[in-house]
Amino acid sequence: MAALADWFPLWLSLRVAASATVLATVFGVGLAYVLAKGRFRGRSVIEAIVTVPIVLPPTVLGYYLLVTVGADTPFGRAWESMTGSPLVFTPVAAGVAATISALPFVVRSSRAAIEGVDARFEEALRVSGHPEWRVALVATLPLARRGVLAGIALGFARALGDFGVTVMIAGNIPGRTQTLPVAVYDAVQSGDASSARTGSLVLAGIAFTVLLVITGLSSGRSR
Amino acid sequence: MTTNGPMLCVDFTSRGGSFTVTSRFEARSGITVLYGPSGSGKSVTLLTIAGLIRPEAGTVVLAGRTLADVERSVHVRTQDRGVGVVFQSSGLLPHRSPIDNVALAVRGGTRATRRNEAERWLDRVGASHLAHSPTASLSGGEMQRVALARALAGEPTVLLLDEPFSSLDRDARASMRSLVRELTQRNELTVLLVTHDLEDLTDLADDVVMFEPGRTVGQHDLRGEGRASTARLLGLD
Repeated sequence: MAALADWFPLWLSLRVAASATVLATVFGVGLAYVLAKGRFRGRSVIEAIVTVPIVLPPTVLGYYLLVTVGADTPFGRAWESMTGSPLVFTPVAAGVAATISALPFVVRSSRAAIEGVDARFEEALRVSGHPEWRVALVATLPLARRGVLAGIALGFARALGDFGVTVMIAGNIPGRTQTLPVAVYDAVQSGDASSARTGSLVLAGIAFTVLLVITGLSSGRSR
Repeated sequence: MTTNGPMLCVDFTSRGGSFTVTSRFEARSGITVLYGPSGSGKSVTLLTIAGLIRPEAGTVVLAGRTLADVERSVHVRTQDRGVGVVFQSSGLLPHRSPIDNVALAVRGGTRATRRNEAERWLDRVGASHLAHSPTASLSGGEMQRVALARALAGEPTVLLLDEPFSSLDRDARASMRSLVRELTQRNELTVLLVTHDLEDLTDLADDVVMFEPGRTVGQHDLRGEGRASTARLLGLD
């Protein structure tokens, strides 16, 4: 039982980061495509909203989320009536925090990659009679895949490492919502140097691996 | 389809980037060369016919069907125009094989029939041996052959060629010229060829539309004219 408790933060972090990466990829790549190709009013506002988690202090972002989805808010009440339990201070809230942290990285990297695709590839398919959704799937996204994958990798690393937003809306409940970055903070606070060292090493190792993957993708792109 | 009347009637003003071009001409079966200096609006004209640029005024009529009429707010989507295009760069998808690239342009049918049709077109352009090669490994001339097969595989009413030989070496250029000439005659195609290369004009043109910066300035029927007399006729010798 003790071993399970020791490894729970890593296991939860991986699950949360994986779910967040899937959600951020689905919404992020779609949003990146719309932002790259669409010409509509309010585009810059949407872009600013998506990007703000990068520049806002995580605790402030967490605070805004808390007042948006907290138990006493309309959203929080609606969530509780649908699921039977509140959203905040649950593992799902940790997933929400990680998704919001990952999203801007997926969107920004994917958008740049989609905008960088030579229009001639897409035009050749349009001329051949393919509708826009098929042009996107057959030409744009495969040609932009390195930038999209780099964004997804960066988003995963960011989701795995989130601390501020997670603490604000998921809390620090050992065995329930305590992710690895939060566990490292907790270990330092309680003077458990060994756990802090191990947790930090694992997170640093994952971050370093992700950066290696991204570098590999970038050098592949420049070939 | 051979026709004595015009297959394509163009009369529009269109904007490409920072400049505007006014184009007025007709094209019949055979090769109509759009000839003029770089930046005169030839490619913008071609892209407007393809529906990739919307004209600011005027009309495009292809085989009796209005593709664009600004006054009547008609703008047929590129996908539905029945045109084939070969650009200066091939635009072949590097992550798909040449045969896949061509098959993507075949309309209707099952996957197997589309691939058979693609094989047939690759054979017609002399590129069947390239069908399964990695697309990125093809030479410029080979890519343009495959791009030509792709443009023709959609069985377009008009084939639009936007300086397709300009990035090729001399031999590849000569070989592509003969291929375009042969395919046009054999399939009775209507082809528009944008070029600023005099050799393209004298070797290929049945008709020529002359461009000056921002407008068309005349059209000549060159059928029956020799190379030298064509150049002389146009004051280009």
